[in-house]
Amino acid sequence: MLIEFVLDGRSKVNTYVQLVQQVKQALRVGLLAPGDQLPKVREVAQSLAINPNTVLKAYRELEIEGLAEGRPGVGTFITASLHREALVNQAELRAELVDWVRRAQAVGLTAEEVTALVATTMRATFPASVTKESA
Amino acid sequence: MELVLEADGLGRRYGGTWALRECSLRLPAGRVAALVGPNGAGKSTLLHLAVGLSRPDAGEVRVFGHVPYGNTELLAEIGFVAQDTPIYRDLTPEELVIMGGKLNRRWDATLVRTRLAQLGIPPGRPVGKLSGGQRAQVALALALAKRPRLLLLDEPVASLDPLARREFMQSLMGSVAESGTTVLLSSHILGDLERVCDYLIVLHSAEVKLAGPVEELLEGHRQLSGPRAAGARPIAGVAAVVRASHTDRQSTLLVRADGDPIDPEWTVRDVTLEDLILAYLTDDTVTRASHEAWGVPA
Repeated sequence: MLIEFVLDGRSKVNTYVQLVQQVKQALRVGLLAPGDQLPKVREVAQSLAINPNTVLKAYRELEIEGLAEGRPGVGTFITASLHREALVNQAELRAELVDWVRRAQAVGLTAEEVTALVATTMRATFPASVTKESA
Repeated sequence: MELVLEADGLGRRYGGTWALRECSLRLPAGRVAALVGPNGAGKSTLLHLAVGLSRPDAGEVRVFGHVPYGNTELLAEIGFVAQDTPIYRDLTPEELVIMGGKLNRRWDATLVRTRLAQLGIPPGRPVGKLSGGQRAQVALALALAKRPRLLLLDEPVASLDPLARREFMQSLMGSVAESGTTVLLSSHILGDLERVCDYLIVLHSAEVKLAGPVEELLEGHRQLSGPRAAGARPIAGVAAVVRASHTDRQSTLLVRADGDPIDPEWTVRDVTLEDLILAYLTDDTVTRASHEAWGVPA
C-alpha cells in the first residue's frame, strides 16, 4: 500500500472530504504519481472502520476531478499529477513569506492576527471553493 | 431502487403494551443502517420481526419482498446476531463452524475459517471461555458464513470495551466492502455511528421518530440560535421545530429546514448526527408527565 489514510477525529470536515484531501496532499508533495494505485476500498473501510460507501464516494470525487480512474475489478489508479512546476518555486515563496511574517511581528501583530489576515486575504483572492476546501 | 426491508403500519404487542407501533419504513439495498433508540424503544422487536422470529400483531414487514415469519427459504438470505451473541458456550469455534455447515444450505466454511484465523481466535477453546470481543467476532463470522444479503445485528458492540468495539467495526466494515451486504444494526452507542452508517432509523417509545439517508437528514436539519422573542413567530425556512430550549433572552432550536433561506435574524449552524439523534430522542411530554407524577414543578 502506497499511502495510508488517517482521519482527524475532531475535524468537522466530512470523512469523504478528508480522504479526498489526503490524496490531493499526497499528489502535491509527490508521494503519489500517475499510475499509482490507491488503497483498496475494503482495506480503507476495514482499517479506519468506516462505511465502504464513504471510500467509494471519495474515489468517485477524485474521478470527477480527473485525478483518478477506476478500473473495474482491479482498483482505482492515479491519472494526474498536482505536483506542479509552481511548487518548484516554493522555497523562494517561502523565504518571502518568512520575511513578511517577520515584518508583521515587527509591527506588533500576534500569531492569531497574522493567521486571520492570511485567511481573509485567501478568501478575497482565491475562488470560494478553493478556500472552503482547504479550511 | 431495490428495497431490502419494508414495513407498513407494523406493530407488535406484548400483553397490553405495544413494543412497536405503526412502524413504516423502507431500507434500500447496500446501506449500513443504524437503528437507534434507548433501551425498550422497540429495536429488538423490530429486528425479531424482520428475521421472522416473531409474528406481527398489526401491519406487515417484508424482507426482499417476502414475509419473513416461518419462511425458511428467506432465512437463508438473512444473517442475524442477537443481543449478547448467544452462541452455544460449551462448543468450540471449530465445532460451531461444522455445525453451521450442517444447518445452512449456503455456507462458506473457508471464509469463516480464514476470518477467525486472521483474528487469532483459538479453534479449540470453548466459546464461553473467549473474551467478549472474541465471542462477538465469532458470532459475526458465523453470520457472514451464510453469505447473507441482509445482516441484522442487535446491539453488537454494547457489551464490548472500546478496543474490541473498534476491532468489531473494522471486521464489519471490511466484510461489507467485500460482500455488499445490507446491514441493519441496532445501537445505543452513538459515537462510532457517524462514520459507519449511511442510513438512520430513530425509534423511541415504540415509534419511528425519524428515518432516512444520513446525508439527507443532516442536510435537512439546522441548529438555530436567536432572540427568544423571535421564536414565538413562524420562522422563514423552517418546516418544523424538533427541539427547543430557552433562556430568558435566547432560544436554541433544532429545526427541520424547508429548503428556503432561513430568517437572517437567526444564527444557523450545521447539525451532527449525534445532535440530530438526541433531539429526536428527547421527549418533552415524558419530562412533563414525570414532573407531575413527582409533584414538582417542571
